[in-house]
Amino acid sequence: MALLETKNLSISFGGLRAVDGFNIKIEQGQLYGLIGPNGAGKTTIFNLLTGVYRPSEGKIFLDGEDITGKKTIDINKAGVARTFQNIRLFKKLSVKDNVKVGLHNSYHYSTLCGIFRLPHYYKVEAQMNERAMELLKVFDLDGDAETTAENLPYGKQRKLEIARALATNPKLLLLDEPAAGMNPNETIELMNTIRFVRDKFQMTILLIEHDMKLVSGICEELTVLNFGKVLTQGKTGEVLNNPEVIKAYLGE
Amino acid sequence: MKKFNLSKTTKDNLWTYGIVLVIALITGILLLTGNLSSLMEGLLVPICSYVILAVSLNLTVGILGELSLGHAGFMCVGAFTSAFFSKLTENVITVDIVRFILAIIIGAAFAGLMGILIGMPVLRLKGDYLAIVTLAFGEIIKNVINVLYIGIDSKGIHFSMKDSMALGLEPDGKIIIKGAQGITGTPKDSSFLIGVILIFITLFIVLNLIHSRDGRAIMAIRDNLIAAESVGINITKYKMMAFSISAALAGVAGVLYAHNLNSLMATPKNFGYNMSIMILVYVVLGGIGNIKGSVIAAVVLTVLPEVLRGMNNYRMLIYAIVLIVIMLFSWSPKCLEWREVFMEKYIRPRFAKKTSEEGK
Repeated sequence: MALLETKNLSISFGGLRAVDGFNIKIEQGQLYGLIGPNGAGKTTIFNLLTGVYRPSEGKIFLDGEDITGKKTIDINKAGVARTFQNIRLFKKLSVKDNVKVGLHNSYHYSTLCGIFRLPHYYKVEAQMNERAMELLKVFDLDGDAETTAENLPYGKQRKLEIARALATNPKLLLLDEPAAGMNPNETIELMNTIRFVRDKFQMTILLIEHDMKLVSGICEELTVLNFGKVLTQGKTGEVLNNPEVIKAYLGE
Repeated sequence: MKKFNLSKTTKDNLWTYGIVLVIALITGILLLTGNLSSLMEGLLVPICSYVILAVSLNLTVGILGELSLGHAGFMCVGAFTSAFFSKLTENVITVDIVRFILAIIIGAAFAGLMGILIGMPVLRLKGDYLAIVTLAFGEIIKNVINVLYIGIDSKGIHFSMKDSMALGLEPDGKIIIKGAQGITGTPKDSSFLIGVILIFITLFIVLNLIHSRDGRAIMAIRDNLIAAESVGINITKYKMMAFSISAALAGVAGVLYAHNLNSLMATPKNFGYNMSIMILVYVVLGGIGNIKGSVIAAVVLTVLPEVLRGMNNYRMLIYAIVLIVIMLFSWSPKCLEWREVFMEKYIRPRFAKKTSEEGK
């Protein structure tokens, strides 16, 4: 059974059919790419998958469970985490606290326990700190744990977003243009990190990206989107050599 | 000897408690040695309640990041419910302190409840819209209390919104809330000491809340609502939590305020729009999200007009100038830059020296 499957997923904004009959099947542990020219509807698909938008038609299944039309927080609890195209960190919080917000639903103590600092508070906070530092270490951010998130350099902010998403313990990780604004060196580093995340956490990853070097370097399969419709799907090498795809990107 | 390694937040919290303690001690000594003018003495309890109000509003404005202009409304609810309770049980519960503690709990509970009721519709809004609606609710609360008549006789509690005659009291009955004339003869249970204790309790609740799991969720919502939702934070729950705790603490300030006055009236001056704005001024000048700053700003800005009283006509003019200067000093980019340079040059090296010496 596929980890993520959508059937005829569609959404219209007024008269505009932003996504039309989108079908995708992603297996457990796959690194899957979603590419297409600007305005093709890639981020809209992410917003549909995470419950920001409600699909006009179609179904979304995560691990066989129907998550169509659920609220964002319930979809996150079901196991979908994402990053954003324009970075959305908790700017005024420290790097560690950003990750700890991601851990919010995995560790519990009551409000009163927090206000009166009962022993349970210290125990759970210590566990949270430990887990947060573990995650930060994976991304080589442990040295910046106490830095305010907005003061991080751009590349590290991207990484922190991934760390925060992973903190929610997802089954599926959606990365929206993780390499946007990175220089070639940072991109290569990011590719290694993404591969590492997949291997270490046995994560399934769906990513949107414009950087073809990154896409051809790490994605096993691709879906190409154009004007809201699937242009072609398949193994990365084949898809990128498809004349239709080249035409969509470069024109005739 | 074991060396205590305090985290930055713990140090910051200790500073906040320390500042309150020092101000309270100095004031206490001045009070006991009789060096305080009677005017200042009368201001002590109100200052305590303003500090609580400023800290609690900072929870909404600074930590939750929503501008509320109706904070005086919650204070009003706390003041009147508790004063009503105290008046009602004045002869039943004779131990003052027990009655006052119960009054505080009742005031906080009703104000918190009002916070939840008002929060439900209001927190769906954002930014300016939220500010305007909270402003309206604050005025509504004040105006409703202004036309409220409640009396008690052998048959029970009577209630009217018309006038005192409409209550239909028996000859032995007495009117407790008398419309625009409010409640008179509330037992004077508040004192400076109780005020300071309540400030500490407020700080304890607010600071511990901020540095807990719930506090992080609330600040995450402030910083980025969409991202907070995407990592599974329940937006409605945490907005409501921050708003109602803030309202309940404003209620506590109301209780303190009410039990310091002989006659409690809901005038525009003490529970109206002006009051809400004044609390907001404390919060903004102290620094949005800066609890320590709220405390200092509330104290300084309440004392300042009284200190300037000697200058008579120019009093409010100077007050305004001081406000503007503080505002410029704490927010203008040039000043921030200058402050940074100053810190870098004179303050940091000393600390660095100290720590490096300790390291050896």
